[in-house]
Amino acid sequence: MSTTAFLTDSTLCIGCKACEVACKEWNQLGEDGLEWSGNSYDNTMAVGHSTWRHVKFVENPPEIGRGGNAAEQLPAWGFSSDVCKHCEVAGCLEACPTGAIVRMEFGAVFIQPDICNGCSYCVVSCPFGVVEKNEDDGRAFKCTFCSDRQRAGLQPACAKACPTESIKFGQLEDLRREADERLKVLDARGVTDAVIYDPKQSSVKGIHSLFLLRGDPRTYNLPPNPEVPTTYLKKAWQSAAVAAGAMLGVTLLAFLGGKR
Amino acid sequence: MSRVPLPELPGRIPDTQSERRLTALRREAARSGVVPGKGVAPQGAPFPHASPMTGYYGVPLLKEPQWKPEVPLYFFVGGAAGASAVIANMANWLSKDRELLRGARWMAAGGGALSSALLIKDLGMPSRFLNMLRVFKPQSPMSMGAWTLSAFSSFSAAAAFANLMRERLGPFIAIRLMENVAGALAAATGLVMSSYTGVLIGATVIPVWNENVGTLPQHFAASGLNSAVSLLEILGHDDSRALNLLGISASCYELAEGVLLESKRHRINEPLRKGWSGAMVRAGGVLSGPVPLALRFAYAISGNKKLRRAAAWSSVAGSLLTRFGWVQAGRASARDHRIPLDLPEGTAEVRKTSHQIALQKLA
Repeated sequence: MSTTAFLTDSTLCIGCKACEVACKEWNQLGEDGLEWSGNSYDNTMAVGHSTWRHVKFVENPPEIGRGGNAAEQLPAWGFSSDVCKHCEVAGCLEACPTGAIVRMEFGAVFIQPDICNGCSYCVVSCPFGVVEKNEDDGRAFKCTFCSDRQRAGLQPACAKACPTESIKFGQLEDLRREADERLKVLDARGVTDAVIYDPKQSSVKGIHSLFLLRGDPRTYNLPPNPEVPTTYLKKAWQSAAVAAGAMLGVTLLAFLGGKR
Repeated sequence: MSRVPLPELPGRIPDTQSERRLTALRREAARSGVVPGKGVAPQGAPFPHASPMTGYYGVPLLKEPQWKPEVPLYFFVGGAAGASAVIANMANWLSKDRELLRGARWMAAGGGALSSALLIKDLGMPSRFLNMLRVFKPQSPMSMGAWTLSAFSSFSAAAAFANLMRERLGPFIAIRLMENVAGALAAATGLVMSSYTGVLIGATVIPVWNENVGTLPQHFAASGLNSAVSLLEILGHDDSRALNLLGISASCYELAEGVLLESKRHRINEPLRKGWSGAMVRAGGVLSGPVPLALRFAYAISGNKKLRRAAAWSSVAGSLLTRFGWVQAGRASARDHRIPLDLPEGTAEVRKTSHQIALQKLA
């Protein structure tokens, strides 16, 4: 089966938030209420149960080649549309006790809403802080990778609505190659700080939502070393085994010693 | 016509200097056509720019645990019930204390039932708990926990029922067999019940939890044993020597765990020392470690049962605080963007923007 992916190129993003709107409209997600964050023009802050695409507004000091205007103290903007990473090894999928979270035929990580029971264990198992439980509804929600549209042979709503093709949709391997080529083109133009965010070296083993960013990924709230929580399981169960053995031994001794 | 007094406005009082400055600006503008000036930096400026030092405006990367208070309460109840089943099994094997056996059996069974009720309350509706039982998933501690709880509550209820029948009808072989087998199975699953909750929170992305994954299951098991012993004592089994010995052992471990946690002074463990979560974890540690330990030794020397009762109450309170404190620490840890982003040591909390300061003032 083919694996589909996103490549979100922040050098092409203009911060129009059409992807956010398209995502909400297609997936019929509720509004989150308007709260001014004070952080640039980003008043959404993060992806969540009712926000599956989220444009980040990264402000940099004005700099030649980056934009901004030093005389007027205007910052240089970097935009990047964040989304569920659809990890190769997904923390939420491993943690789900009901089997509600599954891997789709095209590689997406999907929460089946009729099976999710709202235990919210996936929320604390996602190294990217993507999955969130809707407190009113009681179940967890996140980007479905527009599985319904993909099954119908269409591209996801956000990619279709993106006016600059900053959000590219295609085969994972094609997009990985395309990202490398784009990096070369940018480098030739003098944009030397562009990087691809695809944490293959970590226990996540790579993601299906690639990002092309400028500068340190941490400024886009992307962790340098995301870990799938199953990596802690061995240590945890070892400690539990020690605990169980000790408890058994101590109670045995206490009752033997307490006989008198 | 009466004049409504105008509300006092916050602002500057004009003086000669300020007026002279404005006149000078007007003259300069008239003369040259432009007045170059840096302007005034708004309150809170310079605004936080994105940098590897600040992350993304200090917005938390991870989502906070969304469990209701029923879940830490379940950690307490389930832990005590599990340890109680182990105590019941040992009493059955090694002790002639039928009262203690019955008390521990019923506490295990009652705790098992209450645990299920608490989890269902957290999920919202009973049918949702059944979804946990449609798969068996060893790599998910939540799945393992759901199966353990189901098995434990069945076995402990069967053991308590058999115990009741044995007392009512007499020790028939079938009834004794049922109590012994169900009791042993309840003890085996009870061992998992009291320790797996440490695995459950340890194997997550929350930094303060997975940092301490190597001792959390032991910590929670000791806490469960401590509370089981203490609850049994409070219920009237306060002349059992075995229980006092168990209480001493559990408090010893809790003391050691407290010392260990306090000695790890890196920033990942900050929520265990600072804020509400720090206060709860620390108070829980003191109330379940040194305090009951001292009281139990004092009881052993003086034989004053009031001291033993005080130790029991202290342990129960400490055990409850420990579970709530750890869940609260997880929330605080998730809010700290610095650790998952691996921002350099010494990175301060991100400065608030002028807008956030203004909002705070309004609130």
